[in-house]
Amino acid sequence: MGIKIGDKPYAERIQAGIDNSFMRQAVSSAQGRFRSGRLKAAEELGDWEDWRTLGEEIRHHTMENLDYYLHQLSEQVEKRGGTVFFAETAEEANAYVQEVAKKKQARKVVKSKSMVTEEIGLNEALQQSGCEVVESDLGEWILQLDEDPPSHIVTPALHKNKEQIRETFANKKGYTKTDQPKELAAFAREQLRKDFPEADLGVTGCNFAVAESGAVTLVTNEGNARMVTSLPDTHIAVMGMERVVPTWEELEVVVSLLTRAAVGQKLTSYITALTGTRLEDETDGPEDFHLVIVDNGRSKILGTEFQSALHCIRCAACINACPVYRHVGGHSYGSIYPGPIGAVLTPLLDGYEDHKDLPYASTLCAACTEACPVKIPLHEHLIRHREIIVEREHMGAKSEEWMMKGFAKWASTPAAYKLSTKMARTAMKPWTKDEQIEKGPGPLKGWTESRDFPAPAKKNFWEWYKQREKRRGEA
Amino acid sequence: MKVSLFITCLCDTFTPDVGKDTVQLLERFGCQVDFPENQTCCGQPAFNSGYKQESIKAMKQMITAFEASDYVVGPSGSCVQMIKEYPHVLKDELEWSERARAVADKTYELTQFLVEVLQIEDVKSTFQGTATYHPSCHMTRLLGVKDAPRILLENVEGLNLIELPMKEDCCGFGGTFAVKNAAVSGQMVEEKAQHIDETGAEYLIGGDMGCLMNMGGCMRRNKQDVQVLHIAQVLNSQ
Ligand code: SF4
Repeated sequence: MGIKIGDKPYAERIQAGIDNSFMRQAVSSAQGRFRSGRLKAAEELGDWEDWRTLGEEIRHHTMENLDYYLHQLSEQVEKRGGTVFFAETAEEANAYVQEVAKKKQARKVVKSKSMVTEEIGLNEALQQSGCEVVESDLGEWILQLDEDPPSHIVTPALHKNKEQIRETFANKKGYTKTDQPKELAAFAREQLRKDFPEADLGVTGCNFAVAESGAVTLVTNEGNARMVTSLPDTHIAVMGMERVVPTWEELEVVVSLLTRAAVGQKLTSYITALTGTRLEDETDGPEDFHLVIVDNGRSKILGTEFQSALHCIRCAACINACPVYRHVGGHSYGSIYPGPIGAVLTPLLDGYEDHKDLPYASTLCAACTEACPVKIPLHEHLIRHREIIVEREHMGAKSEEWMMKGFAKWASTPAAYKLSTKMARTAMKPWTKDEQIEKGPGPLKGWTESRDFPAPAKKNFWEWYKQREKRRGEA
Repeated sequence: MKVSLFITCLCDTFTPDVGKDTVQLLERFGCQVDFPENQTCCGQPAFNSGYKQESIKAMKQMITAFEASDYVVGPSGSCVQMIKEYPHVLKDELEWSERARAVADKTYELTQFLVEVLQIEDVKSTFQGTATYHPSCHMTRLLGVKDAPRILLENVEGLNLIELPMKEDCCGFGGTFAVKNAAVSGQMVEEKAQHIDETGAEYLIGGDMGCLMNMGGCMRRNKQDVQVLHIAQVLNSQ
């Protein structure tokens, strides 16, 4: 699939999101739960701001020394029997995994949830090589059955509610029971249990890799990642090149931040750390382990003003806090990375051409920046993107460009400014009724579709002030 | 104490009364108020839309207008926050960024000025009615003015303040967002209007004209019986 989902233009996607009241209901109720979970966890901790600062420092330090830590990581992985592959592009990463699958004569691949494999479109690549790919995360499995892209980075099927999930199971898998979450999960488990022992290859993402030991860690709430990594003989972990931490000590901090910021848990049900291949006296684990470290545009972000976007630990706190996301849902962003972090990251990884509207899908209310556990200034990045879109890429609408040129002249010429605030009332007269504009012209059209706009005042502040000064002078 | 008014373009054009209340309020506490005439707009509409070069023209005009002032006070958290950003935006022009820093350092949002500089927590005003307060995003999150409006409002005699559910959610204004993404903005303000309705309050109070125009416009369209007031109007009522 790749990072971009669908070909519909932005305005259509947004409208589809707004019109889908079913989805909006599902999103807003889930968002509400996650938000209060995060706030409660932060409150319990008491010194949340200190933790955020620590998180930011760790991520900053790691990015500043990324080459060092990646080198250390790959040495450690190899020392423990694993193979490391640095993939510059999505194609290179996919080709490598395909090659391993071919060597192993793999027919069935089980996967645990991973955003980076979505980003590079690994499932399609494996399917093209003749493999059956089974997603084992409940949410991902539902989406796979429905051929639907994820709409959230932590809970990919957030846009669906239990009735819809029941329907999917009924249509695709002959499910006959109720829409009780417990029953739905039990059914999925039962189905998936058959797949694990049959799989030749297990593919996972990697929440964090620990450079000092070469361990790959997975943070999940379902036991599926453990099955994926321990049952098949071969395990391939795919990670974005920024997902490294120096030592276990830093891991502890970022995992605590991740689980708290994501859904308000102190820790998730499973935090799995895997180091190397199965040793001779061990009974579990893969014989063969590969770590694929994906660049796919990330190194271009290093050293730029957007570097802190690479600090992201994919907790989705920004998405859960975003009121725009709440009203349009994840698919409206047209990227597998939705919400504020998606609007920042997607144009960086995939260019502005297809994603120039994303940085504008925000009111700049900064709820995202406030929520981010590693203090990424998301709303500032969005403004910076807008600047680049306008000034470097020249992708701004011509009409807007003229308007802004006019704005500059107006705002730097006090006489023109004063005249306009004085004349505004007269200028708006044709549309004014009862001191209100109910159907505005030009740029006001969108506004007045759902709200009234006030008519400019009879006398502006400046005129009032002048008269008062005059009266005072006379008195 | 000498205070220069920063009236903001929306306030000047649409709600001069808010400006008058700001003047009277400051004068009540002994401030000598002046209104530098060559002020215009803070530049935010251009800056937040990505037109940095255009916004810089507005910024320089504003710096020139307020350089000679002791204090600059404006009835809008969002516009004051924009002024606070000037030194950062102008960082590549050394001389301007220093001048910007000087202006930014002495600029305050109205309630912030009352509480932090004048050290007033009770403005001795009276206002009868039930009201709910919407904390605007830029004022609270970016400018960091969270407590001042609440402290002042709690001390207004006769005012019954009701908590707004999900108050920290943006009202959907976002400057040009309300125009560019009008449909989403419309949904957001609709949700906000519902929450205001749930409180049963007669008045909605806020500290930013943009947000108030947005919420007020929506409630008027819905024929919701809620009157919108800027905090300066409440604080100056006797
Ligand atoms: S940007 Fe921050 S809040 Fe958003 S997903 Fe990444 S770490 Fe979490």
